[in-house]
Amino acid sequence: MLYIKCPHCGLRSQNEFAYGGDASVKRPELNKEISDQEWDEFVYLRKSPRGKHLELWHHVSGCRQWIKVLRDTSTHEIFNTYKSEEKVG
Amino acid sequence: MVQNYRLDKIGLVNREKKLSFKFNGKKYFGYEGDTLASALIANGVHLVGRSFKYHRPRGFFGAGVDEPYAIVQLYRNGETEPNVRATEQELFEGLEAKSVNCWPSVNFDIGAINNFLNIFLPAGFYYKTFMWPRSFWYRIYEPFIRKAAGFGVASKEHDKERYEHKYEYCDLLIAGSGPSGLASAYAAAKNGARVILAEDKPRFGGSLLTSDVSINNQSGKEWAENIITELKGMTNVTVKNRAQIFGYYDHNMLVMSERVTDHLPKSEEFTPKQRLWYIRAKQVVISSGSIERPIVFGNNDTPGVVLASAAKEYMKVYGVLVGKKPVVFTNNDSAYETAIEFKKNNINPIVLDSRQDSNSEIIKEAKSLGIDIKFSHVVVAAKGYKKVKSCDIAKISEDKQNLNQIKNIECDCICVSGFWTPTVHLASQSGGKTKFKEEIDAFVPDKSKQKEVTLGSANGVFTLEETLKTSFDKGFELSKAITNNNNSQQIPKVSEKKHSKHDKFWCVPLPKGKKYKRFLDFQNDVAVSDIELAIREGYRSIEHVKRYTTLGMATDQGKTSNLNGLQLVSNIENKVVPAVGHTTFRPPYTPISIGAIVGREIGKHSKPTRKSPMHNWHEKNNAVFVDAGVWLRPRYYKRGNEGLFEASKREAENVRKNVGVCDVTTLGKIDVKGPDAAEFLNRVYTNAWLKLPVGKARYGVMLREDGIVMDDGTTTRISENHYHMTTTTAQAANVLSHLEYYLQLVWPELDVNVVSTTEQWAGAAIAGPKSRDLLQKLFPNTNVSNEGLPFMGFVEANLFGVNARIFRISFSGELAYEVNVESDNGNFMWEKIIEIGKDFNLQPYGTEALSTLRIEMGHVAGSELDGRTIPYDTGLDGLVSKKKDFIGKRSLLKKAYNEKDRQRIVGVVPLDKKTSIPEGSHLVKDPKGKLPNPKLGHISASCWSVEHNNPFSLAILKDGKNMIGSKLYAMSPLKNKTIAVEIVSSHYVDPKGERVRS
Ligand SMILES: [Zn+2]
Repeated sequence: MLYIKCPHCGLRSQNEFAYGGDASVKRPELNKEISDQEWDEFVYLRKSPRGKHLELWHHVSGCRQWIKVLRDTSTHEIFNTYKSEEKVG
Repeated sequence: MVQNYRLDKIGLVNREKKLSFKFNGKKYFGYEGDTLASALIANGVHLVGRSFKYHRPRGFFGAGVDEPYAIVQLYRNGETEPNVRATEQELFEGLEAKSVNCWPSVNFDIGAINNFLNIFLPAGFYYKTFMWPRSFWYRIYEPFIRKAAGFGVASKEHDKERYEHKYEYCDLLIAGSGPSGLASAYAAAKNGARVILAEDKPRFGGSLLTSDVSINNQSGKEWAENIITELKGMTNVTVKNRAQIFGYYDHNMLVMSERVTDHLPKSEEFTPKQRLWYIRAKQVVISSGSIERPIVFGNNDTPGVVLASAAKEYMKVYGVLVGKKPVVFTNNDSAYETAIEFKKNNINPIVLDSRQDSNSEIIKEAKSLGIDIKFSHVVVAAKGYKKVKSCDIAKISEDKQNLNQIKNIECDCICVSGFWTPTVHLASQSGGKTKFKEEIDAFVPDKSKQKEVTLGSANGVFTLEETLKTSFDKGFELSKAITNNNNSQQIPKVSEKKHSKHDKFWCVPLPKGKKYKRFLDFQNDVAVSDIELAIREGYRSIEHVKRYTTLGMATDQGKTSNLNGLQLVSNIENKVVPAVGHTTFRPPYTPISIGAIVGREIGKHSKPTRKSPMHNWHEKNNAVFVDAGVWLRPRYYKRGNEGLFEASKREAENVRKNVGVCDVTTLGKIDVKGPDAAEFLNRVYTNAWLKLPVGKARYGVMLREDGIVMDDGTTTRISENHYHMTTTTAQAANVLSHLEYYLQLVWPELDVNVVSTTEQWAGAAIAGPKSRDLLQKLFPNTNVSNEGLPFMGFVEANLFGVNARIFRISFSGELAYEVNVESDNGNFMWEKIIEIGKDFNLQPYGTEALSTLRIEMGHVAGSELDGRTIPYDTGLDGLVSKKKDFIGKRSLLKKAYNEKDRQRIVGVVPLDKKTSIPEGSHLVKDPKGKLPNPKLGHISASCWSVEHNNPFSLAILKDGKNMIGSKLYAMSPLKNKTIAVEIVSSHYVDPKGERVRS
């Protein structure tokens, strides 16, 4: 079970969190004309990298904040965690 | 009965306390501190079961967790437990156990015929034989295999025992209390670290209990006792025996199973039988020791063939002899300790050593004691069926290929030692790789992946001096990095006998013309010939060989067999062992009971039960409850002999005729607040929200980004920047997460806050033509007329001194209101409504009547909003704004969503107006059509329409818009029903919606 450092609450067990998928996905702006392909890519297509992955987790049984987690998908190593508005780098 | 194999003065069992027990119905005695295995051996019982495949007689092979044979069915305190290892089960007064895998009895077993037919049961037998014909599988093959296989029977009774879970944190978790575990625990604890030390056996000390060493001029055992006593007295240390760390998971989370009361006749009150510990450790020390591996020879599974270390443990810990005429067969020095121990107890062993010669300290000692040692000698085959009676021995050539001078000698046990295999399971589970260490012919942990270190013999270090030194150092170093303390301990002085090099020899060749079975895996009956066959048939990967032959796949996970299996594969393949590699180690290290995994999360504790503030009233008034997510809701209120149908019909009729009240507390409620709240709702819902005035409610539908309907509900503008959103009971948590996602990640510029208020409000829906009259009496000072509180209106009011909110909204299609008060006042509100409602023939109604009312109105709910439907499908397309953008809108342009014959909600009435249509039925054109019969749609919800007094259903039907008036068939193969139906409008009652506005 992962041990995730919520930037608001500190180290907490994985069972307090819900997984939220790829954090790099950007929702197209409202009212913007976009192609079917662009929209489908946003809704359905996700990369499934082996290695470093910036992803969203929701601290549902904690502070209820969505956070970003930089994790290695094969070793589960967590390199860093970020608040939702924080720049990753 | 006399314990013929019990030694007088030696051992750690309590001779003062005699315990009686039964095995296969026969009564025996043992002592406190015995295991079932040691007590049986003391009584001369060596036949404990039958093997899995050939039903060969099975005895004892080990003395602990590695035991492959002695698996019994245990009876304790009126319960039964299968798969119990007799070598681990401690004896208690009144213990009862039985053999498994044998019928009708362990002495006469019909399945043993497999042994004589074993030409039919080679590797892959099951794969090859039971594949064909297919129809035989369920009727013939499967029952046969089930009866012939398996280690005992699971109880069909509810397990009355209590199991618990515990969460713990520590600086150092130490797995195993042998020399390396004790030393590292002591060094770390003295340096201020929080330490948990876990030992799977009842006694601490590991190999120190039986080895002939001294530490600081004390015996190993005394030193271990002193260290444990000191550790137990320290507040920063938790010491647990009977506790097996069986799993190493991510981020240094380990799971330990503690057998709290398995060793007692029954659990004390409030004491669990077992406890599962979830431990998050900053550092882990794996000091799990090593397991002796056997040398393979003919009939090496005969009862009486035991590991040399187990024979020593039976003597030194339990004071029990595994035999009185022992042969010790070894390729290394450690087995000489067993021979010497026999000798000290006036038993004369014969030692067969595969090495040509050796003159180490311990061999000199053995010689000086007059022990008969035959170098370059091996056991060719054990003789005897239910117990070893003799064995064929031979001189082996230097290249280990040829056997000479074969002769038979009498013996009653063969103590075998093929050197030691480090227990690398935990290190391997942690994600670290292993490496092959030539000097010991075994794998040891390589670089760590997590924060762990393996010490002592688990790391291939077999001298006590080096083990203690590295373990004291590591314990200090790891603790220092955590505590910043600097208190190091003096490393104790060790005296031990130096061992000479072991022999790589591991398998005795077959003598010419003999076909002895030479077993590798004792629990699954995998012999050398099976592996040879698998390789002849083309299996190469060790993972494939394992699955084809079942080598190492039994409940002992091949603790004694894996390495010899690898040796064999690499010999045949002419590779070295590291090139073959080993199979993956996976948790659990030992079998864990289902009860321990489940813990207290059983029955009503498996999930929380949420109850509304009015729950007690419902209970008192004969409510029959139904699970709605984690909520308990009244399904109907039973009167007299009524069943579900009669009661819900009465309740629904009364709503249509008079007035009813329904507990709607469970609806999800979310406060949406902030200057941008209107804009946010406008983006979340499909319809327009910017112009909703204060004091008004609006029905809204929200989508997922893929265009599928996520949820619906009404939201009310309480004040300028404050909205009260309601969600369905089931989706409440998802909707909140959804809103938080958009506010925090997508549109952080919106100044809006959301918070769940579900538990803050109790809700009562008052519905029916008389509801306004009732409401006026409840709120005499509030204008609730059609003008004062119009449809979709909202007003704050006072209910006999209690603040209340009144929403004029309707789910039933009748004139209806929803009254909310703070949860604490919920019961007060409810009782007032019931009391005053008497004048209007008010009846409470449950979810079944609620459902009936909404179905015949054509209001969609969870059964239509099933995660597969878009607004058009459910008739909600009128609520989709063309002007503004919102979550999921772009998806609605999809081609498939705009097909002309797109599915849409319809009503369904059986032609006979009598037969109810099962939910889930498929709608088809031709009930006798060729299979697969094209499905046009499905019945989503069914009720008995109280308005029309006949069955009515809702369905999602292909081209539903143009199907009104057509005749179809509803088929339910599950209920074996085919019903002729007519398709009608989904609005079966008051299609213009006049009642709600009246
Ligand atoms: Zn948090």
